[in-house]
Amino acid sequence: MNAIDVHGLVKRFGDKTVVDHVTMAVAEGEIVGFLGPNGSGKTTTIRIMCGLLTPDEGEGTVLGFNIRTDSLRIKREVGYMTQKFSFYEDLTIGENLEFVARLYRLKPVGEYVARTLEELGLTSRRDQLAGTLSGGWKQRLALAACIMHKPKLLLLDEPTAGVDPKARREFWDEIHRLASGGLTVLVSTHYMDEAERCHRISYISYGKMLATGTVAEVVRNAGLTTFIVEGPHLDRVAAALDGRPGVDQVAPFGATLHVVGSDRKKLEAALADVEKEHKGVTLTPGETSLEDVFIQFMSGSKDNMA
Amino acid sequence: MNSVFSFARLGALLIKEFIQMRRDRITFAMMLGVPLMQLVLFGFAINNDPKSLPTALVAISNDQYTRAMVSALQMTGYYHFDYVAQSATEAEALMAKGVVSFVVTIPADFARRVERGDNPQILIEADATDPSAASGAVSTLSKVASQALLRAQGMQATAAESARGQLQVVVHQRYNPEGVSQYNIVPGLLGVILQMTMVMMTAMALTRETERGTMENLLAMPSSPAEIMLGKVLPFLVVGAVQMVVVLVAAKLLFSVPFVGSLTLLLSAVLVFVLALVLLGYTISTMARSQMQAMQLTFFFFLPSIMLSGFMFPYRGMPGWAQVLGEIFPLTYFLRITRAVMLKGADFHAIGTEVGWLVLFVVVFAGTALLRFRRTLD
Repeated sequence: MNAIDVHGLVKRFGDKTVVDHVTMAVAEGEIVGFLGPNGSGKTTTIRIMCGLLTPDEGEGTVLGFNIRTDSLRIKREVGYMTQKFSFYEDLTIGENLEFVARLYRLKPVGEYVARTLEELGLTSRRDQLAGTLSGGWKQRLALAACIMHKPKLLLLDEPTAGVDPKARREFWDEIHRLASGGLTVLVSTHYMDEAERCHRISYISYGKMLATGTVAEVVRNAGLTTFIVEGPHLDRVAAALDGRPGVDQVAPFGATLHVVGSDRKKLEAALADVEKEHKGVTLTPGETSLEDVFIQFMSGSKDNMA
Repeated sequence: MNSVFSFARLGALLIKEFIQMRRDRITFAMMLGVPLMQLVLFGFAINNDPKSLPTALVAISNDQYTRAMVSALQMTGYYHFDYVAQSATEAEALMAKGVVSFVVTIPADFARRVERGDNPQILIEADATDPSAASGAVSTLSKVASQALLRAQGMQATAAESARGQLQVVVHQRYNPEGVSQYNIVPGLLGVILQMTMVMMTAMALTRETERGTMENLLAMPSSPAEIMLGKVLPFLVVGAVQMVVVLVAAKLLFSVPFVGSLTLLLSAVLVFVLALVLLGYTISTMARSQMQAMQLTFFFFLPSIMLSGFMFPYRGMPGWAQVLGEIFPLTYFLRITRAVMLKGADFHAIGTEVGWLVLFVVVFAGTALLRFRRTLD
């Protein structure tokens, strides 16, 4: 049984279709990265899955429970970490955890809270108001609070936004540790390095699911060709390349240019022209990165935010 | 596992609310300090039966009947003769300027007409721009005047007649013999103060969660609408009970308001009233999208309820349609209950209908709130 199995989800706000026939399956124990630009419908999709929004169309199950009729059961088995810190800033760390433990009817409350604080390394700060914590600590507190009731599925909505690299690294180590214990994780993110730490990724743009699979699969299926250009006056080379047929992306990376295109023949022709015009320029075939693929997706899909 | 209602989960919500309440010091102080302040301020300031109103006298002659009349009016306590005008024009100017509330004119032929028994007349002009201020003074007039006249005549008449003429001025106002405004105002203030704080605080209950972003989390966790509602309103029931005790003790100590009826009966009625108020506030908070909107909705409700409930103006003095409108406010019923129990010593039988209405409000508000509660973020 898949932890998440939804198909044809549609959600409209007014005349705007925010989620447009999204289908997604996540196997148990899998860590799936949910990627897409701002306003692409990631949060809405996650909210539908945990019963916070009802879809206008589409069906599905989460942990075997129907998302339309069984949202209360889903809420009990799912841990949902919101994008914005949504625990009580005027309650202490300890009081927040006690509140959550009581709502999930975890007994004895004191024991659960003490163990969670211990694991977090926050025992000494239990009487500190949650609002006074730094971003990284707030995120750790939120994660601890939503795994306290031992959920089978974790839905994380941009959990590492605004968190420093070390805290992010620790966060992901924790996610992998939890997944090895059988927990399924769906995590939305903007960071490419985080996407690469997922077993699989799904890319959504303006409500539509554009790609899904392992990182390697997504890169391969995108069918992009990348060349690395080196030589003098790369700024002029970049200006010459920009806008030529076959050239989709030109991006400087240190002392090189990454030139990406979806039509290999046209791209090679364009590069050959430029090579002739600019002396001392060398071309080498390069590896297409996940980021290149995403930029391609983003420039290719039409903006529905306007 | 009971998914609809669990006392453990309600307990979690209650503890959380109490902690938040305690931590929000200013609001907490407001909830206890404001009622007391309002009581003292309004209790002393509002007076529906004002006395010693400035009066101008226009008396052309200075005979004994005129003197008797003036002193009788002064004795009522309503009139205070600050000015003796030489002419009607001068007196009229004083009133136009708002210097005096009354002008008493005693015509030159007053004494002659009295002696002849020829319908003696005096003219009292009242500044009716504030009708409630003048009403008490005017209502005592005809009686006072005729009695003063009797007495003045008695002095010259036979001994038997003079004994009969020694009449006292009696102003008869039931339940409040001295006409002390505080007796009327203070029980009403209890209701108005409770309404102010209870409705406003609970009106922001859900919008505050939404604005702070904690609503999403609360909804994502297992808690039912009924648990969230009770978790939000019950703490305020406790605050309301404390406020009530504060106001009642102050009413007794500061204003010596008589307390004729049963305390238990009053307290039970107040609890029903407070429950209706907090549920009303909660209903508002299921409708408002922001705390600002909640505030506006609350004020939209406050003004008519204070105006039309009989707190500000006599209920019976309002036109029929306004009385009907007044019936939709819990405060109207509460005012009747407190005044009846505190001043008239009414028993449950006498106020049963009013309590019944309050219970109906509780049921309607709770039902509306539960129906309106959005379990999702749609």
